Amino acid sequence: MNQQSPIKSDAAAHSYIGQSVPRREDPRLLDGQGRFIDNLKLPDMAHAALLRSPYAHARIISVATKEASAVPGVIGILTGEDIKDKLGHIKPNWIAGQDIKIPPHPVLATEKVHYVGDAVAFVVAETREAAEDALQLIEVDYEILDAVIDEEAALSSPTQIHDTVENNLAGKPLMAWGDYRKAAEEANQIISLKLINNRLIPSPMEPRAILADFDPYDEKLELYLPTQVPHLHRRWLSDTLGWPEHKIRILVPDVGGGFGAKMHLYVEDILTAYAAKHFGRPVKWTEKRSESHLATHHGRAHTQYVDLAVKKNGQVLGMKVKLFANMGAYLSNMATGVPSVNCTYFATGSYAIANYFAETNLVLTNTVPVDAYRGAGRPEATYLIERAMDKVAEVLKLDPMEVRRKNIVTQFPHSFFDSGSFLQSMEKAAELIDYKGFRDLQHNYRKQGRYIGLGLINYTESCGMAPSEMLGRLGFDRGGYESAEIRVSPDGKITLFTGSTPQGHGHATSFAQILATEFELPLSDIEVKSGDTDAIPIGVGTYNSRSMPVGGTAAKICAEKVLKKAKKYAALLLKCDVDQVQYEQGKFSTLQDDTKTIPFGTVARLAAVPHQKPEGETPGLDHIYIHDPYGMSSPNGSHAVIVEVDIETGLTTILRYVAVDDAGVLINPQLAEGQIHGGVVQGIGQALFEETLYDADGQLISGSLLDYALPKSDRLPSFETAFLSTPTKTNPLGVKGIGEAGTIAAPPAIVSAVCDALKPFGIQHLDMPLTPPRIWAAIQHARQTEGATT
Amino acid sequence: METHFVRLTVNGKEYQAEVEARKLLVHFLRDDLNITSTNIGCDTSQCGACTIELDGKSSKACTMLAVQAHGRDIRTTATTDDPILNSLKQSFQADHALQCGYCTPGMVMRSRELLAQNPTPTEDEIRDALHGNICRCTGYHNIVKAVSNAAASLQKKEDAA
Repeated sequence: MNQQSPIKSDAAAHSYIGQSVPRREDPRLLDGQGRFIDNLKLPDMAHAALLRSPYAHARIISVATKEASAVPGVIGILTGEDIKDKLGHIKPNWIAGQDIKIPPHPVLATEKVHYVGDAVAFVVAETREAAEDALQLIEVDYEILDAVIDEEAALSSPTQIHDTVENNLAGKPLMAWGDYRKAAEEANQIISLKLINNRLIPSPMEPRAILADFDPYDEKLELYLPTQVPHLHRRWLSDTLGWPEHKIRILVPDVGGGFGAKMHLYVEDILTAYAAKHFGRPVKWTEKRSESHLATHHGRAHTQYVDLAVKKNGQVLGMKVKLFANMGAYLSNMATGVPSVNCTYFATGSYAIANYFAETNLVLTNTVPVDAYRGAGRPEATYLIERAMDKVAEVLKLDPMEVRRKNIVTQFPHSFFDSGSFLQSMEKAAELIDYKGFRDLQHNYRKQGRYIGLGLINYTESCGMAPSEMLGRLGFDRGGYESAEIRVSPDGKITLFTGSTPQGHGHATSFAQILATEFELPLSDIEVKSGDTDAIPIGVGTYNSRSMPVGGTAAKICAEKVLKKAKKYAALLLKCDVDQVQYEQGKFSTLQDDTKTIPFGTVARLAAVPHQKPEGETPGLDHIYIHDPYGMSSPNGSHAVIVEVDIETGLTTILRYVAVDDAGVLINPQLAEGQIHGGVVQGIGQALFEETLYDADGQLISGSLLDYALPKSDRLPSFETAFLSTPTKTNPLGVKGIGEAGTIAAPPAIVSAVCDALKPFGIQHLDMPLTPPRIWAAIQHARQTEGATT
Repeated sequence: METHFVRLTVNGKEYQAEVEARKLLVHFLRDDLNITSTNIGCDTSQCGACTIELDGKSSKACTMLAVQAHGRDIRTTATTDDPILNSLKQSFQADHALQCGYCTPGMVMRSRELLAQNPTPTEDEIRDALHGNICRCTGYHNIVKAVSNAAASLQKKEDAA
């Protein structure tokens, strides 16, 4: 076809790719008719509650349930002793190293509890209230043991958390390229820094809720689970319960946010399923918010040591990283890979650093298990390298942007980055924030006794971990693929079944946009289904910003295959060879005559009622395609922030936040921008507000939303966003991931800006979160010890 | 456990039931009356996901007992005949002010009260009004924009009338 053809350009105008189509998910949710799991009821449904350890480390002497069992309405109580021979252990899905020591994690504790929140007993009762009442009456005798909380201290602590893990060190994976030692010899200087990447509580607004129903005749479990990865969850449930996978159906209705926290296997998943079978009743368990702080796995929690081998001009020749990654009390699902792969692979950030060595200490402590949380290793990596760049600038008395420019990757593909606009995005962010004009502005503010600062950082990541063989090499027990099944009804309407599983992402809209574009049909002709393992035969799920690059690509390629087959049927109706058939705007015609057209629906009808059939073809147009990508894509961007710090109170106010992001082709720009907004605020939460505090005994001090400060509307600005577009060649849509970008970028941008504002006090770095007391104390300390220039 | 008789109106429909004294209003609405157009996001009255309108004022349904709602008139976001709510819902969709939608019922009800009291709020006033409602998905940017646009469109309708 001639690209100048008016028909083609008209068709292109009908493309839904790049259109900010309003979400079809919204009306139901706005009317409060969301199908969240806690809203669901089944006939004869019972309610469950979980007894948790009040101690961080203790030996269980006895568990007495007699009195609790007598509470009216109690159906039964499960203890560790009851189930220990009937269920397997919770096991990690990623074992990122040869010598990782995996401590046993029984579904309910038997001999010892290892953190405040560890599961001890599971009560099933007629009502929520009866279950809660019974919890109060279970008597557990504990012998309290010393607890260890800090990831560095744990390695030399006399406290041994698990007998099988010496020195509380579960493993020490290494990563290296080039020759750091040589780089260090050639460098003018070694610049060192220590960083704490603060532990975070993921806090999706919907706490976890699980509803299990077991049909004893089919011996089949139906489990409503708020999961990002239903097919993986089915496998893990099967492994732990010992029930075959085809007898487990995972259903995922609306999920109220996940952010990684809803992609791990939890003891409650197993207990609720087991209880439904054991007690012969549908069972629902709903997590309370304070319980979520103790039970839903945390994120980040690193202590990082960094050495940079630099030349005088700011070029970084080599980098050495030593990580202490807090694993919590057990090795959660992806816990070992998040620091040792996701963080150390990306710790050189957007920069070409030829010589690199990293050591990751995977450390067990008496705390809530730590696992992937939005960004999963890349926020820890980006914070590390961007704070390091600022430090290099500070030490060498260079402009921070100049140091970055000197080291930034400009040639693509580079190492594992397929493509990118690293330098361009930095220049764009600098232009939008008026980097050049800022120092004058800062000077003028200071003359008025006001302290403003600017931070400008770069980030990159890789999305859609692939290929599957590489996951195997990394010890990650899953594939890198995603599935798409297209079912074409005889009337020509289309339903997509995708393994991608949203928790607010808007897949029902964005995946429909991909298919409506491919089929050149109205959006209303396309239905999107996800989150049902009986309906969707195979899948991986939504994390790692992979839904569009992997799941979206699967949908696109599947559509191409459906159309290819449809053309064969169309050829019968058009009475021509298949290579003479063309398809435009939902209609088939011949290359010779585009006036005689046959709608897609007519061809679908023929395929469903195949009174004529292309030679060797099967009836119907349905198709399953599983896309197993050969490579990842690398979104990138640069975020620039101006803050003001009130030096009397330590309060930080964000004056401007500029986000420049490049995620290649955007399917729905409004949804992409929404991901940036939300991600940035989670990153701001880490930088300014969110502090997960344990006391020395291992009590979680920030155990509720009263004590753990999530970002709120009145402490935030509106954002300025801009998008660059460098389509990836690693998928035919040209899309890259976007979901984690903001969370990765915001912390170093904010901290950089605050530290810039505090420079007159000689403050170069403060660990997150930069709460008013922390900043205020640093200012007081600086004034007392060094004498400020104010 | 002692129970009490409670009669109340929700979205124009009258309900009556025997309720345990200790039961929170939000549990009564959701568990006993099957009205799930208000969600539970916390247990310390921080998050606002359960915000309803009680006799015309926005309230967190987790901060009161069901028995305290006796004789009261409750509205949730399931209300479909209120012009302010309808305008908010249109703007929330147009401006992509919701992602997972879990905080949305509360967010919408709090915004409704704001617009009923202050038809032309500034950005700061909107941000201040919503500080008791936590959203983890949107970063608030589009929520603030949607409330502002809903206010503008209601003003426009009023000017035209």
